[in-house]
Amino acid sequence: MDSRIVTAIVAVVGMPILLVGYIQVGEAILARLPKGLARRMRPYVWVFPAVAFATIFMVLPTINTIVISFQNVKGAWVGIDNYVYFFTNPETLGSIKNNLLWLVLFTGFVVGFGLLISVLFDRVKYESIAKTAVFLPLPISAVAASIIWKFMYEFQPAGHAQTGTLNAILGVPGFQPIAWLVNNTTNNFALIAIGVWTSTGFAMVIISAALKGINSELLEAARVDGANEVQVLRGIIIPLLMPTLTVIATTMIITALKVFDIVFVLTNGAYGTDVIARQLFARIANSDYGRAAAVGVVLLLAVTPILLLNVKRFREQEEIR
Amino acid sequence: MTAIERDPDDARARPASSALRRRFRRVPIHLGVGIVMAIWLIPTVGLFVNSFRTVHDMGEAGWWTALFAPAKFTLDSYKTILETRGFVDSIVNSLLITIPATILQVVIATFAGYAFAWMKFRGRDLFFIVIVGLMVVPVQMTFIPVLKLFAATGLAGTFIAVWLAHTGYGLPFQTYLLRSYIGSLPREVFESAEIDGANHATRFWRIVVPMSIPAIAANTIFVFLGVWNDLLIAVTFLGQSANKPLTVLIGQQTTSLGGNWQVLTAAAVIQMILPLAVFLGLQRYFVRGISAGAVKG
Repeated sequence: MDSRIVTAIVAVVGMPILLVGYIQVGEAILARLPKGLARRMRPYVWVFPAVAFATIFMVLPTINTIVISFQNVKGAWVGIDNYVYFFTNPETLGSIKNNLLWLVLFTGFVVGFGLLISVLFDRVKYESIAKTAVFLPLPISAVAASIIWKFMYEFQPAGHAQTGTLNAILGVPGFQPIAWLVNNTTNNFALIAIGVWTSTGFAMVIISAALKGINSELLEAARVDGANEVQVLRGIIIPLLMPTLTVIATTMIITALKVFDIVFVLTNGAYGTDVIARQLFARIANSDYGRAAAVGVVLLLAVTPILLLNVKRFREQEEIR
Repeated sequence: MTAIERDPDDARARPASSALRRRFRRVPIHLGVGIVMAIWLIPTVGLFVNSFRTVHDMGEAGWWTALFAPAKFTLDSYKTILETRGFVDSIVNSLLITIPATILQVVIATFAGYAFAWMKFRGRDLFFIVIVGLMVVPVQMTFIPVLKLFAATGLAGTFIAVWLAHTGYGLPFQTYLLRSYIGSLPREVFESAEIDGANHATRFWRIVVPMSIPAIAANTIFVFLGVWNDLLIAVTFLGQSANKPLTVLIGQQTTSLGGNWQVLTAAAVIQMILPLAVFLGLQRYFVRGISAGAVKG
C-alpha cells in the first residue's frame, strides 16, 4: 500500500504543481526574450503539451501501425499478406459481418428510439423524470451494463424455473426459453440491444433539445389542418431535425465500428459474436502484431469517411465564425 | 405554460364531458411513457435487487421473486466480493488512475484551447485540423507502438503509463471542446486585460479559467466518468498488472468465474455507484458534457 500512497500524493499534489509550474516558468522565460520573439514563441509554449501528447500517442503510433501491418511477426516485409489473411480468414470475416450488423442496427435503433422517445416524452408534464430513466444507463460502464444484462438474458433449460427476466416473461404465455447469448440467431441482437439501451439516452437528450427549438405553432398548424402524428413526424419534425440526426448517426457509426467492451465481457467473441476491435485486442494479446496491425488499419479505413466529413464540417463552421 | 399553449382545445370553453374524453385520449401516451421508462429501469433494478441476495437464491429464482415475502435480503455478495483478493485494491487503483488522468487531460487541453482560440501562429490551422481528425481515429490503432514504447521506457504496467495514455487519447476531443468554448468568450475582456498590462499567465488564470468554469466543469465530469468506466485502455496497458482497475477485474472475472459469476452483482453495483452519484448530483453539467459530445466520434 505504501507505494500507492506515494502515487496518490504525487498525482494529486504533484501533477497540478507541475502543470501550473510549466506555464509560469514558460511565461517567465518568454518575459526575458525580446518582445517580437516572445510573441512568436508564446503560442508554442501553450500548445506544446497537447501537441506532444497527440504526436507521441496518436500520430506517430498510427503511422507506425500502418508500417507494421506490412510486416510479419519477426519484422520482415511481407507485402499485403496480412491483409490477404484478414480478408480470407473466416474469423475476421465473421467479425466484419458482425460490425456491419452493429453499424446498421445499433445506429438505426439508437437514432430511431431517441427520436420517438423525445417526441413521446415531449407530450407529458413529467418529461424530465421520464428522461432521467432513459438517461440513467449512460453513466454506467459497459462492464456493469454487461452484468446487468446477464440477468436479463440468463437461461435455464426448459422445465426449470427461469431466473432471467426475458425468459421468465417468455414463459408466461408458455414459450420455450431462449439461450439469448449462445443461440446464433439471437446473440448478436442481444448484444446490440445492450448498446442501444445504453446509448439511446444520449440521442434522446440531444434530439429533445433540438425539438424544443422547433416552433410549436408550426406543429399545431399542421395538426389543426388535419395532419396526424405520423405525418407531423415525417413531414415536419424529421426534416427539421435532420442535421441533428445526422450528427448523432455519425457518432453512433463510430461507436458501432469500435465496439469492444460489451462483446469482450459477455461472450469474448465466442458463438459467432466477434467484432473487429476484439479481434485486434486478441491478436495484440497473442503478440501477433503484423496481423493485429492490419486489423487496425482496416478499422481506420472504415472510419476515414467520417473523419473527412468531420474535417469538412469543421472547416465550414470556421468560415462562418 | 407550454403545455397549455400547445393544447388546441381550450378546456374551459367546452363541456366537461369533452375535457374528460380528452384526458382519456391521453391514456395511451402515459402508457407509452410508462412502458419506455420500465424498459430502461427494470434491468438496473434487477441488478440492485440481486446484489442483496445469496448466489444460491439468484440461481433458484428470478430477482422479482425477492420483492414478495418472505424477504431474504443479505449483504453476502458484498462481503464475499470485498474479501476477494485484489478487489479493494482495484477500487483504489480505479481512483489512482482516474483522478490524475483527468487533471492532466483537462489542464493541458485548457492551455491548448486558449492558445488555439486567442493566439495567432504558423501552423495553427493545420495543427487543429489534425486534432479534429484524431478525434475519430480508433485508439486501438496505436496500441502496438505505445505498448512497445512503455516496455522500452520501463513504464509498462505502471499508473504513469495509463495516465499518459488516457491523456494522449482524450486530448484531441477535450482541446476541440475547450477551444470552441474559450473562443466564444467576448473579445473586450481580453482587450481590457491587455491595457492593464496583465501577462498571458495572469490573464489565463484570472480571466480565461474563471469564465470557462461551466465548460471546464462539464469536461472534467465527462473525462472522469470516461476514465473511471474505461475497460479497453486499462485492460490493454494494465491487464496483466497488479494495478488493474475495477472494470478490468470485473471484466476478467466474468469469464473466469464461470458458474459463480453472480457474486459480481455486488462488484458491478460498487462500480456503478460513483458514476450514478455524479450523474444524479451534477446532472446539469453532465448533460452539457454529453451534448457537447455530440460532435465526437
